[in-house]
Amino acid sequence: MITAKDLSIGYRNKSADTCIASAIDLEIGEGELVGLIGVNGVGKSTLLRSLSGVQPYLKGEVSILNKNLQKLSSEDLAKTISVVLTEQPISKNLSVSELIALGRQPYTNWIGSLSIEDRNKIQTSIELVNIEALKDKRCFELSDGQLQKVLIARALAQDTPFIILDEPTTHLDMYHQAYVLKLLKKLTTETNKSILFATHEINLALQLCDKIIIMEKDKVIAGSPKELIEKNAFSNIFPSDLIYFDDESISFKIRT
Amino acid sequence: MPYTARYKGLLLLLFVLVILMALVNVSLGSVEIPLKDIFSILFTKGTSQESWQYIILEYRLPKVFTAIFTGSGLAVSGLLMQTLFRNPLAGPYVLGLSSGASLGVAIVIMGASVFGVGTAALLLSKWSLVIASSLGSLLVLVAVLLASAKLRDTMAILIIGLMFASLTAAVVSVLAYFSPAAQLQQYIFWSFGSLGNLSWQEVSILAIFWFLGIVLAVFCIKNLNTLLLGENYARSLGVKISTNRFIIIIATSLLAGSITAFAGPIAFVGLAVPHLIRQVIPTNDHKILLPAVIFGGAILMLVCDIAAQLPGTEYTLPINAITSIIGAPVVIWLLIRKRKFIF
Repeated sequence: MITAKDLSIGYRNKSADTCIASAIDLEIGEGELVGLIGVNGVGKSTLLRSLSGVQPYLKGEVSILNKNLQKLSSEDLAKTISVVLTEQPISKNLSVSELIALGRQPYTNWIGSLSIEDRNKIQTSIELVNIEALKDKRCFELSDGQLQKVLIARALAQDTPFIILDEPTTHLDMYHQAYVLKLLKKLTTETNKSILFATHEINLALQLCDKIIIMEKDKVIAGSPKELIEKNAFSNIFPSDLIYFDDESISFKIRT
Repeated sequence: MPYTARYKGLLLLLFVLVILMALVNVSLGSVEIPLKDIFSILFTKGTSQESWQYIILEYRLPKVFTAIFTGSGLAVSGLLMQTLFRNPLAGPYVLGLSSGASLGVAIVIMGASVFGVGTAALLLSKWSLVIASSLGSLLVLVAVLLASAKLRDTMAILIIGLMFASLTAAVVSVLAYFSPAAQLQQYIFWSFGSLGNLSWQEVSILAIFWFLGIVLAVFCIKNLNTLLLGENYARSLGVKISTNRFIIIIATSLLAGSITAFAGPIAFVGLAVPHLIRQVIPTNDHKILLPAVIFGGAILMLVCDIAAQLPGTEYTLPINAITSIIGAPVVIWLLIRKRKFIF
C-alpha cells in the first residue's frame, strides 16, 4: 500500500542538492509492522520525513494507496499518514484528552468542535493504548513512557491507515521499550494499520517486526527478519571491532 | 470535558465584569455627576444639565469604548504572538510594530524641527500623528512579512522583529538628540499613551480595525490549538504553516497597529493579560482563551483607566505607566502563588 521506487532523498539547495540516500526501493503492505534501522546520521529521519510527505524528495516516486504522495493535498495527507515525532509537544500544559483530541483536527469543522464520531474515535484510541487512567492528567505529570503512549493514541485518533514513528523507544527503559513495540505490533494486527518506525532496538525489532529496512551509507535493504539473517545483512550495519551479530541467538553480542 | 461548564461560567463572569467596570468608568471623572443622571443620560437620554450630557456622551463614553477596544485588542495580539512563537515573553509588539509607529510619530514631531522643513504646527494635527504612526507600523509590517516569506523558521521572525525594534529606537534616539525640548516633550507625551481625546469618528475607525483583527483571530482558533503540538505535528495534521503564520501576523498588525495609532504605545496589557487569564482559567483551548482574553484585556484597561484618573482629583496619570504599576504586581503575585509555571 506504500511503495517507493528509485527514491532519492536529501535536501534541495539553490546551488546543489544534497543527496543523503538514493536508489531506495520499498514496499510496505497493509497491517505490516516495519522497523527501520541504521547507524546515527545515516538518514533514517530524512527517509521518514520524505515518506510522510513533510520533506520533498529529490528523485523517484512514492505512492500511497495508489496515489502519488507529492500530489496529495495537505488535508488528504493528514487523513492518510499520522506521525509520532522525537520532539515533544510544545505545550506540556495540555491534558491527555485534549492532546489526543487534537488528532481529530483533519476531520473537525472550522473551529475544531468535536462531533460524536470524533469523541468515539478518541475513546477507542484511549482504550487501544490502555491509558484510561491518564485521561485527565496533564502532560507535564507524565513519565516518558506514558507520554509516548499518549502520543501514539493521538496518532491513532487521527485514524490514518499509515502511522510513522521516529524512534518511539528513546529515553525508555527496557521494559517500556518492549511495551511500546509490542503495542505497535498489537495495533497492526487489531486495526490492520501499517506502522513504520525507526529504532535502535534491533534485538527487539527482530523479534516483532514483519519486515525490517536496513539503512546503510550506500544502500538500503529490506526484507523479513529471516531473509535478512540468511543474507547476513546485519553484520555490515556497524563497524565490526566492538559488536557482532550472533546468528544463533538472533541478536548483537559484545566481542570479548 | 469536565471543565467546559466551569469555564463557560467564568467567561460569563468576566463579561459581567466588563459591563460593570465600564459603568464604574463612566461614572468617575473630574466632574462629579450623580449616578441617577448618568443612567438617564445613557439609557433614557435626558437630564437637566447640558454640560453633564456633553461630558458623558462626548468624552467619557468614547473613552470607555477606546479602553475596551484597546485592552481587548492588545490582549488578543499578545495571545496570538505567544502561541505563534511559543514564547511566554512574546507580546503584541514583538513584531516591532510599536517601534515602527514610534519612528513615524518621532519623524513627524521631531523630524520637522531637525530637518527644518515647514512649520511644525501644520503637521501636528491629531490625524497626522495617526497617519504617521500607521505608516510606521505598516513599514515594519511589510519588512517582517517579506522576511517571514523567506524564512522557514518561525523563531527567526521573533529575532527580526526585535532587530527592527532596536533599529527604529536608535533612529528615534538620534532625532531626539537633535530636537528642541518642546518637541521632545511632545513626543514623550505621545509615548505615554492616552485613551481620551478620541472623537466618535476615531473610535469607529478603531472599532473597524478591531473587528477585522478579531474575526481573523477567530478563524485561526483551530490552527492555534494545533500549534500547541509544535509546527511539525501541526503540519502533519494538515495545517498550512506559512499561510496560518501570515494570517496571524496580519491579525496582530491590524489590532496592535490601529491601537498604537490612536492610543499610543501601550505595552504591558498584551503581554500580561494572557498570563493572567491562564492563571484564572487553566486551559490551552483557544476557543475558551480567546474570548476570556478579550474580556480580561477590556477589564484591565478599564480598571487602569479608572486608576489613571485618580478619582477625586483633577489629575490624569499616563495610562502606559498605570497598566504596568497595576498589572505587574498582579502577574508576579499569581505566578508566585502557583509556584509552577508551565507555559
